[in-house]
Amino acid sequence: MTAADVMFFVLAALAIVGAAGVAFSRHILYSALSLMVALFGVAGLFITLSADFVAGVQVLIYVGGVLVITLFAVMLTQGIQNVAVSNRAVGSTAAGLLTTGLFVLLLRAMAKAQWVRPSGEVSAQTSTAGIGNALLGQYVLPFEVASLVLLAVLVGAVVLTRKETAE
Amino acid sequence: MIGTVHYLALSAVLFSIGAVGAVVRRNVIIIFMSIELMLNAANLAFVAGSNSLGSMNGQSIVFFVMTVAAAEAAVGLAVILALFRNRQTVAADEIALLKW
Repeated sequence: MTAADVMFFVLAALAIVGAAGVAFSRHILYSALSLMVALFGVAGLFITLSADFVAGVQVLIYVGGVLVITLFAVMLTQGIQNVAVSNRAVGSTAAGLLTTGLFVLLLRAMAKAQWVRPSGEVSAQTSTAGIGNALLGQYVLPFEVASLVLLAVLVGAVVLTRKETAE
Repeated sequence: MIGTVHYLALSAVLFSIGAVGAVVRRNVIIIFMSIELMLNAANLAFVAGSNSLGSMNGQSIVFFVMTVAAAEAAVGLAVILALFRNRQTVAADEIALLKW
């Protein structure tokens, strides 16, 4: 077992423990902090896949952005005094069966798929330059649409959270 | 030796855990976090495929997934706050206004 293999298992364990914490933790703040652990684990896995730029963006956007506003939502909706309330789980048996079926389906699909094999030896590319070329070349139209989506989100979030004023 | 298959299996595990959380939990914020987890599992599969093929397409698509996830976070949490302001609850089974 090489050092890279050990690294994979450590990071995978981190991600799985974090994910389980999100899904099964009693306390909603622990769920939010477990989400951070899971996201850091996945960011580490991105680095082992030589996607260092994606890992950096993952930390910046998810941990720095999404997680912070999630914590804000927790604080604003639960109240700081009673953060433990309303974290019930119902229908565990049916959900367990459903998602076990989903998991088996995913693994079967993975095992049966005719994966494309790369022809010849795969050479590692510098990820930032490659992503930049792809985003401004092949994916330039989706890139622009994404910026429109973000603009709509900006306006939508402001409109939704604004207090209604009677006129 | 760790290969793409390991990463895909891990992605399936993370996706399934996220699906459990989204189905079992009754707090809308936990459901939201579980959905983020599932999106992240998909990202892991994309990057693993990108790595095994030596192509940048997978990593580029991850950026669009992240855009959608960030948009979902901003608008979804705004919806949750508006919901809480109107109904004083974030439990999904108490929000049954449209249920016949």
